[in-house]
Amino acid sequence: MQTEKFQYDNRIVKNFAIATMLWGVVGMLVGLLVAIQLYEPAANLGNQYTSFGRIRPLHTNAIIFAFVGNAIFMGVYYSLQRLCKARMFSDWLSKIHFWGWQLIIVAAALTLPLGVTTSKEYAELEWPIDIAITLIWVVFGWNMFGTIFKRRERHMYVAIWFYIATFVTVAVLHIVNSFELPISLFKSYSWYAGVQDALVQWWYGHNAVAFFLTTPFLGLMYYFLPKAVNRPVYSYKLSILHFWSLIFLYIWAGPHHLLYTSLPDWAQSLGVVFSIMLIAPSWGGMINGLLTLRGAWDKVRDEPVLKFFAVGITAYGMATFEGPMLSLKNVNAIAHFTDWIVAHVHVGALGWNGFMTFGILYYLIPKLYNTKIYSGKLANFHFWIGTLGILFYAVPMYWSGFTQGLMWKEFTEAGQLKYEFIDTTKQILSLHVFRSIGGTLYLVGTLVMVYNLAKTMASGKLVANENAEALALESNYAPVGHASYWHKALERKPLTFMILSIVVIAVGGLVEMMPTFLIKSNIQTITSVKPYTALELEGRDLYIREGCVGCHSQMVRPFRSETERYGEYSKAGEYVYDHPFLWGSKRTGPDLMREGGKYPNSWHYYHMIQPASMTPGSIMPEYPWLAEQTLDISKTRDKIDAMRTLGVPYDKDYSLKAVDDLKLQAKGIAENLAKEKIKIESDKELIAIIAYLQRMGTDIKLSNSTIK
Amino acid sequence: MFRNLLNEVSGITIYQIFSLVVFSLFFLLVTIWLFKANKGYLEEMRNKPLQ
Repeated sequence: MQTEKFQYDNRIVKNFAIATMLWGVVGMLVGLLVAIQLYEPAANLGNQYTSFGRIRPLHTNAIIFAFVGNAIFMGVYYSLQRLCKARMFSDWLSKIHFWGWQLIIVAAALTLPLGVTTSKEYAELEWPIDIAITLIWVVFGWNMFGTIFKRRERHMYVAIWFYIATFVTVAVLHIVNSFELPISLFKSYSWYAGVQDALVQWWYGHNAVAFFLTTPFLGLMYYFLPKAVNRPVYSYKLSILHFWSLIFLYIWAGPHHLLYTSLPDWAQSLGVVFSIMLIAPSWGGMINGLLTLRGAWDKVRDEPVLKFFAVGITAYGMATFEGPMLSLKNVNAIAHFTDWIVAHVHVGALGWNGFMTFGILYYLIPKLYNTKIYSGKLANFHFWIGTLGILFYAVPMYWSGFTQGLMWKEFTEAGQLKYEFIDTTKQILSLHVFRSIGGTLYLVGTLVMVYNLAKTMASGKLVANENAEALALESNYAPVGHASYWHKALERKPLTFMILSIVVIAVGGLVEMMPTFLIKSNIQTITSVKPYTALELEGRDLYIREGCVGCHSQMVRPFRSETERYGEYSKAGEYVYDHPFLWGSKRTGPDLMREGGKYPNSWHYYHMIQPASMTPGSIMPEYPWLAEQTLDISKTRDKIDAMRTLGVPYDKDYSLKAVDDLKLQAKGIAENLAKEKIKIESDKELIAIIAYLQRMGTDIKLSNSTIK
Repeated sequence: MFRNLLNEVSGITIYQIFSLVVFSLFFLLVTIWLFKANKGYLEEMRNKPLQ
């Protein structure tokens, strides 16, 4: 057997590292801006491109796919080469992957502020970008499997299993959730409607957290933690067991995002049970990580890399304990739609993803540049200000969440709701100020890191191609003795491994979704629920464009505190024509399910122009441009046709007369406003929004009470 | 529409049951195998990143 000489590609790792830092700073800056907008509406900057609804998804996408995404690729490209004892399969594929991913990020940064969005959380990007993501993801997989196939190491270490599971599951999630019917280059409708759309979306949303924010980072933990502490992982047995159970159980838990909604009860219960079971494998990973540090805590005191890892893994443990607790129905009843959820996800994002990424960056950059870190003191400063930042972020948000949850549910002795919705908004303003201070501290730490690492890079020279050597694998390998055990054999067979992973993750998805799709009785149709008129549909698309769903739910849960405040609770059958569903996941403003007919048209007019004039203390952004911009009706016909294709029962010839119908309805609203001395032409966008708002939830109301 | 598409696959419900059984068996096998697994091999794999 011969020793082969080869070189590791460090340049691609460096590129991803720089992209991680750049997008991290951008994503956090946008996050800070949206945080400030929640107590200072003027920070919306008075134009549509920077209003909360449009840039909140920019923040989440930038952090998840740009910051964390690039960090994953940085860590995978570094560790995979070393674990396979091989250079990446193709330098070209590496380059296409890198630049393709950055282009996708730029496309997102341009389209989201323009209001080009599907409105589905963490999947907001429109269909052409969805296709680009698919292609680049395939390039990543091709490059990864190419490397695995030409490896000089017989068995795949546990980190690689996590990378494989990440690759296949993200591919499945992205494709299934992105089924949409294009209307134009920048507009599409979700293939699914209402309850089904919600189920698919949260199957995706939940598992995006699982397989984009969790499994790749567990893989990175299994490589970089032992490297940094220079001792092997605590238990290899535990890693095998928790890997398989984690990827299996995670997929089932999606419905816990939809408790007490119109989703069938059995699906909700399934989500709860599997969420609780998830504690076991999650903590298996955390324990394996923390115990790897056993007997080396003195190193943790001196080494910033290990400090970041220790806090990161602890944050993972806290978040994965809290998640299952939040999925208990009685806890969820209070926590859902509040800032508690925001606190929860930021413990994960700032603590687990952020701190693990920082630790890896501090470990990698000096290695790639063959030098020492520029300043250990600055790295320590980053650690402490970052930790303080997390605390200042999380504690006020928990407090704010409890406050909201409890105030929304409080009744007076006479049996009436004690607080108006706006009372809770005012009550938590100061907590939001503290939260943005926490975010600022965290951002300052990140900037210090960027400075520190830039100085480190300047003090060394990039080892673009690192020399290495290893024995070639025998081609006629015959396993003997214990090497013939089947799991061990599996670790030699990447393709079989991948297929098995797909089977394991497909189970939960199938069991959850099939029945909802197959059995009609799961969603009862309500005869009084009719499709939207052309004008209402256009108004709904504006509602999507402005990101209203980021702050307003359309889901009245069956609690007295909600039916008293908002009206009749929501039925699954009310959403059958909603492509996409707009249930929302957060109530920064009140629920709008039964908004129709609650206020006169004039109220909505003034409220959209200047919310605080109708609701003193309101923090909703102002939307003056809706009264100035003319509604685009060039696609109205296509939209109706598309809806018909998706199964919405419009009359056959409705698309032909849709524009006329739209104009007629708009004229009626404009005339109604004129009676209140409001001058607005009937072709303005605001008219369409009012038409949609006045329709919301009225199909049931009209049939029960109003008609009587 | 999507529903109709799936309905045309005959005996589709069997896939769910099949996949659940596959995983349960697989999980059981992994657990049993882990208890029997060779210590030397586990030790070797544990040390992979450090080599």
